[in-house]
Amino acid sequence: MIHRLDPRTKITVIFFFVVIIFFANSLYSYSLLAIFALISALMTRIPPGYIIKGLKPVWLLVIFTFLLHLFVTKEGEVLFQLFSFNVYSGALIQGFAISLRFFLLILMTSLLTLTTTPIAITDAIEDMLGPLKKVRFPVHELALMMSISLRFIPTLMQETEKISKAQASRGVDFRTGPLKERIKAIVPLLVPLFVSAFKRAEELAMAMEARGYKGGEGRTKFRELKLETSDYLIFGIFTLVFVLFWLVRS
Amino acid sequence: MDITFKQVSHIYQPNTPFAFHALKDVSFHIPSGSYVAIIGHTGSGKSTLIQHLNGLLSPTEGLVQIGDFQLEPGKKPKDIKELRKHVGVVFQYPEHQLFEETVKKDIMFGPMNFGAEEKEMEERIPEILQAVQLPEHVLERSPFDLSGGQMRRAAIAGVLMMDPRVLVLDEPTAGLDPGGQREIMDMFYRLHKEKKMTTILVTHSMEDAMKYADYVLIMNHGKLYMEGKPAEVFVQKDELEKVGLGVPEVIEFLNTFEQTFGASIPFQGQDIPKLAREMLRVMKRGEHDE
Repeated sequence: MIHRLDPRTKITVIFFFVVIIFFANSLYSYSLLAIFALISALMTRIPPGYIIKGLKPVWLLVIFTFLLHLFVTKEGEVLFQLFSFNVYSGALIQGFAISLRFFLLILMTSLLTLTTTPIAITDAIEDMLGPLKKVRFPVHELALMMSISLRFIPTLMQETEKISKAQASRGVDFRTGPLKERIKAIVPLLVPLFVSAFKRAEELAMAMEARGYKGGEGRTKFRELKLETSDYLIFGIFTLVFVLFWLVRS
Repeated sequence: MDITFKQVSHIYQPNTPFAFHALKDVSFHIPSGSYVAIIGHTGSGKSTLIQHLNGLLSPTEGLVQIGDFQLEPGKKPKDIKELRKHVGVVFQYPEHQLFEETVKKDIMFGPMNFGAEEKEMEERIPEILQAVQLPEHVLERSPFDLSGGQMRRAAIAGVLMMDPRVLVLDEPTAGLDPGGQREIMDMFYRLHKEKKMTTILVTHSMEDAMKYADYVLIMNHGKLYMEGKPAEVFVQKDELEKVGLGVPEVIEFLNTFEQTFGASIPFQGQDIPKLAREMLRVMKRGEHDE
């Protein structure tokens, strides 16, 4: 059901979630947000293993922040000593709190990218930035640039793989050897990649022009964004969480 | 170099939900100095197969033997560079691999990586240029200033410059004009004959396979579907059509000929003049019977 929400709903909720998480300062406020995030994660019906796998690169950061707080913060009473460092009770709490913040932050944002297509996200951003058009801000162009770059990431990755295989067949060694040699080995990869990216850009521009593209003015949409009952429901629930949050904050 | 595949399977991203079985239990033997065509649809495993020939991929199961080199599952081959020196690969659209400032530098890039002497290489340049039919004055120009066809030739020259003993060609003429296609295919055939180069051609063109190859491998869904001499494989029209492949025009023609005139001419790889004479003989015999 999270998948079918209007992307604007998701972006708004996540935006406010990200903001208020920095105002959390008590056990209850943290638990409230954690529960909200966990329920959202469960409602996406994505296997938890898959979500956790996606968060893998973040674990390092979370653990690093935790350790940093553990050793640097000097509040409360000394609990025990670790490698001749005094570990304070305040440090433990702070460490947990900040790591939890990080974790929830990244969990929520990854839920957005896991349940929403890039096109839907850019559509929503274009729509939400709409008021800026009044001050001549090129909203449509920005959204177009975003969706084009997202669209071409997999293409470029494929291209990279192909070219690196071709150059490896010509004796380029990307994996072993001294660092200097390996950096040099990137040139035969980057030059063709840039050349083909420029060529693609030119072709795309030509194809768009051939089909009469001339910017956002008067352009209609195939998929109109529309708020449904479930969107209002989510807004309601989140407002409730929001109010509750300020109440339990100390 | 002899090439042997023994029950080779390849799985992309094994043990994940994206696991894809690209090659299934493929076995064949290519004797040194032969010209082999590999035919199959997109996604039939041709590209995966040829990437095993110079160690870009290792088999997930089975054994690949190329000359003295062995590729086995899970083992990083030691002298992979040595293998790549002997097995030249011309990928699809090889002009996408050009990157140097001048054509000359790009042509010499491969051999220099394999530790060739610069002087020796320079001496070989005219010969290679002649083979790919590029004029000498392009040497000092940027490869990106050349026409599409010339870029293709320059890229091919870069592979030939390595003087490989096995040449792997992945649709080397895709996107060229008919004249250029024939020139390039004839050039590869000449090199194959002159240098006794083992040549492996991946193609969609039955005509090319028929014309140049001494042996044909037909791939379908990652499996070796048929193999044999072109004249033997291509007469099995029904078998080929079952996997969505056609037969060369000659065979198609002979089939129609048989249906129309009720006289069959067995196909043994005859060329056009010979076929014409045979047809004449068959037709004349028909007249005498009446």
